[in-house]
Amino acid sequence: MIRPAAGGAAQAPEALSVVGRRMRKVDGLAKATGRARYTDDIALPGMLHGKILRSPHPHARILAIDTSRAAALEGVHAVVTGRDMPTTYGIIPWTPDEHPLCVDRVRYVGDGVAAVAAVDEDTANAALELVEVAYEELPAYLDPHDAIAAADGPFIHEPRKPGRNGNVTKVVKLAFGDVEAGIAAAREEGGVVVEGDYFFEGTTHTPIEPHCAIGLADASGKLTVWSATQVPHYLHRELARVLELDPAMVRVVQPPVGGAFGGKSEPFDLEFCVAKLSMITGRPVKILYTREEVFYSHRGRHPFHMRYRTGARADGVLAAVDAEIVMDGGAYASFGLVTTYYSGQLLTAPYQMPAYRFHSTRAYTNKPACGPKRGHGSVQPRFAFEVQLDRIAEALEIDPIELRRRNALGEGTRTVNDLRVTSNGFLECLAMVEDASAWRRKFRRLPYGRGVGVAGSTYISGTNYPVYPNDMPQSAVQLQVDRSGRVAVFSGASEIGQGVDSMVAYVVAEELGVPLDHVRVFAGDTDFTPVDLGAYSSRVTFMLGNACIDAARRVKRQVQKVVAEAWDAKPQEVLLAGGLAVRAGDTGTQMPIREAFNLAEAAFGALGATGSYDTPKDVHGSYRGATIGASPAYSFTAHVAEVEVDPETGFVDVVQIWIAHDCGRALNPVLVEGQMEGSAYMGFAEAIMEEQIFKTADQGRAGLHNAPSLLDYRIPTSLDTPALRSLIVESIDPEGPYGAKEAGEGPLHPSIPAIANAIYDAVGVRMNALPFSPPRVWRALQAEAARTPAARSAATPAAVS
Amino acid sequence: MQVVRLRVNGDERACGVPAHYTLLETLRYGLGLTGSKQGCDKGDCGACTVILDGRAVLSCLTLAREAEGRELRTVEGLAIGTEPHPVQDQFDLAGAAQCGFCTPGILCSSVALLERNPSPSREEVRAALAGNLCRCTGYEKIYDAVEAAARKMGQ
Ligand code: FES
Ligand code: FES
Repeated sequence: MIRPAAGGAAQAPEALSVVGRRMRKVDGLAKATGRARYTDDIALPGMLHGKILRSPHPHARILAIDTSRAAALEGVHAVVTGRDMPTTYGIIPWTPDEHPLCVDRVRYVGDGVAAVAAVDEDTANAALELVEVAYEELPAYLDPHDAIAAADGPFIHEPRKPGRNGNVTKVVKLAFGDVEAGIAAAREEGGVVVEGDYFFEGTTHTPIEPHCAIGLADASGKLTVWSATQVPHYLHRELARVLELDPAMVRVVQPPVGGAFGGKSEPFDLEFCVAKLSMITGRPVKILYTREEVFYSHRGRHPFHMRYRTGARADGVLAAVDAEIVMDGGAYASFGLVTTYYSGQLLTAPYQMPAYRFHSTRAYTNKPACGPKRGHGSVQPRFAFEVQLDRIAEALEIDPIELRRRNALGEGTRTVNDLRVTSNGFLECLAMVEDASAWRRKFRRLPYGRGVGVAGSTYISGTNYPVYPNDMPQSAVQLQVDRSGRVAVFSGASEIGQGVDSMVAYVVAEELGVPLDHVRVFAGDTDFTPVDLGAYSSRVTFMLGNACIDAARRVKRQVQKVVAEAWDAKPQEVLLAGGLAVRAGDTGTQMPIREAFNLAEAAFGALGATGSYDTPKDVHGSYRGATIGASPAYSFTAHVAEVEVDPETGFVDVVQIWIAHDCGRALNPVLVEGQMEGSAYMGFAEAIMEEQIFKTADQGRAGLHNAPSLLDYRIPTSLDTPALRSLIVESIDPEGPYGAKEAGEGPLHPSIPAIANAIYDAVGVRMNALPFSPPRVWRALQAEAARTPAARSAATPAAVS
Repeated sequence: MQVVRLRVNGDERACGVPAHYTLLETLRYGLGLTGSKQGCDKGDCGACTVILDGRAVLSCLTLAREAEGRELRTVEGLAIGTEPHPVQDQFDLAGAAQCGFCTPGILCSSVALLERNPSPSREEVRAALAGNLCRCTGYEKIYDAVEAAARKMGQ
């Protein structure tokens, strides 16, 4: 197994023949020709179609469910309710607060109460109409502050310990250094203390593929579930536990996933329902969510109410940071325990903080549960904090890029909360966006209405610990070599569009010297791949990449040994590259790689190896909670955004975003750029357009999603999306595979504050609440105009032209 | 049930589907042509885009019946033999398909565009793709691929 340091083995770029090139993906053509088979593309013989009945109430007791009329409908094969699957589950083992279908209480509009399997979708829908549920409505909480204030109940969940507030899912209070002394020092020594309240409206993932699952229980007692999931291993565990099956009798298959972004990273009701309905009927059962159901299943970004106090000395160096956060968790815990820690723990880079304190509280509310969305838990604080930095820069009359430079954390260090930081290319990121955007010519120099803004950020390359405690590796592959020269890699990792299957092929081709198209990657099937924990927390390239290196090098050593013997050379003189084994310094001595494999097979027997990776355990402090947020390596990002604001309408046109991201090493720059652009796009979307809102009681239907469609929940089209310019920075991490770190989530963070800061540069208003929609911006402009006569004249269209 | 006769990707096909079936449902569930995707089933996402008489249309908003007697192309019909269509090839080269779920629809919109406008400007490409949501790429690499394909096809 690769333990840290042994792993990455940073290599000089000239020594690499595959890694670092602009390459195709292993599944690119399958996707471009319509041949890739997603879950809903699978049709099994005799397959039934399932549907889930959902609660119309935000909070109610279930008094009775009568399924008899539904069950009697022609074409209906089975009906199940919560009582058929009474075991609770939750992605975090300490907070199992969900049932596959509600047993006695519904907690949001859309909570599942019954499921049917029928010959076709129309019949299944008709059957749902015949299920009769008697509810007793309960008071609903839509605001986390109200839920927290109701310390004596009524509670959305029964408290886990008597006397606790059942509406609070998690409280984290951590302090590092003396915050009050830092704030006082900043005040006394000519520095500045900036205070601000910020609100981040929740947003959701909206992958273009809706969730889909198929269950098949066969006569031998084996259950197979195909699902569009990011976490086949965790799904495997929970299916076995909830359905009371031996995990060895459960198989999870994960076909290519049509986008996820965190929205498919825990078990969902449909997976349990297809399994149970198939166990009852003995027939395959498929459930495909409607787009509306995707909005209800949610697990997207939590709404955060944030208050920050940030002190800096006269030279702009940070003195103290103090944060108070209330998080709206929705109806279930989901990953909330982790989110609550991340809300504070991930803010401590890329800037040095001598003192830092955060107090985060996650409340239950009667809305769809929030969870992890790309940049889990840290996108909201990053928005607030980077706006705070902009305000400090302005108060101290320091250029905001220069301010960030002065506070840069550096490499090979520890953060104030004791996270170990290895490589760090943040300063280079700042320099690149500064140059590429022509910052110096633009900042505070553009005409009214036009502006630029900057922001920085950091993100983890995987979490140090799995969601359930164990000492086994976090990532593993199994590799097998055929006499033809073909190398098969069995990978537990989940391809969700990020390109992990391709990454596996690049690494193995690099190590074994085989052509890329001689590597076959088999993935996403718990029956024949080793465990990988899943596609979340940007863990896969770092961890699985190292596991691939581990496996490939085991085979490579065998091949080098036998070929060296044949040539009377030293093993390290045998190079594998370009389809050949070649003697170093003597290119005349060579043999086709297939022959080299055959020699090795003759000497050692069937050729293959496993490889795995586990995280180093000395990368965090020892206080309670220190492990959450710890990662073997951190990526760094800086953005500059340029905007044009129409003061008459409040419409913000984001013209361009320059994205510089330190990904350690770009194993395939095409894919890294794709992640950077996709991330910046998604951040832009949250900044300007996306809004997850629910109706209030006054609006007639408390807790009803206001816009559960891709038309009403607005996500950017090609015409909305700004020009995105990606600039790759490679800091070559000592432990990453060839030096690589994450690229899939970090580059989302700075989009939002960079746009907020650019709006300020353009029109002089601070946007403290998301999204920066025309009404919000217009109102902020009006308020500013009322406050200052100067702003008033500047805000008139005459002054703009 | 009704019998629908379609000319799809050059083949004459017939199948029995419920009368309310959309073209998308007929393709996917009636004919097993699962390349066209369903992202919303109500005209919002563009994943189901196909080419009908040379125009990009949303197959989830088209009744199967309406496509009868017309020339229908789906993502499965863009390649020529084992040779991918230049747009498909450039999508692969440019990394324009991440999860790939929007890709069949975007390919159909792109091909329909290039057939009526062989060398579109970036603004024209953006406008032609405005009905196809992609949640992964930020669109940049998609534009690059369409433009590169236009250049290839012009050669
Ligand atoms: S499925 Fe047709 S537009 Fe979304
Ligand atoms: S590639 Fe995933 S939606 Fe476009």
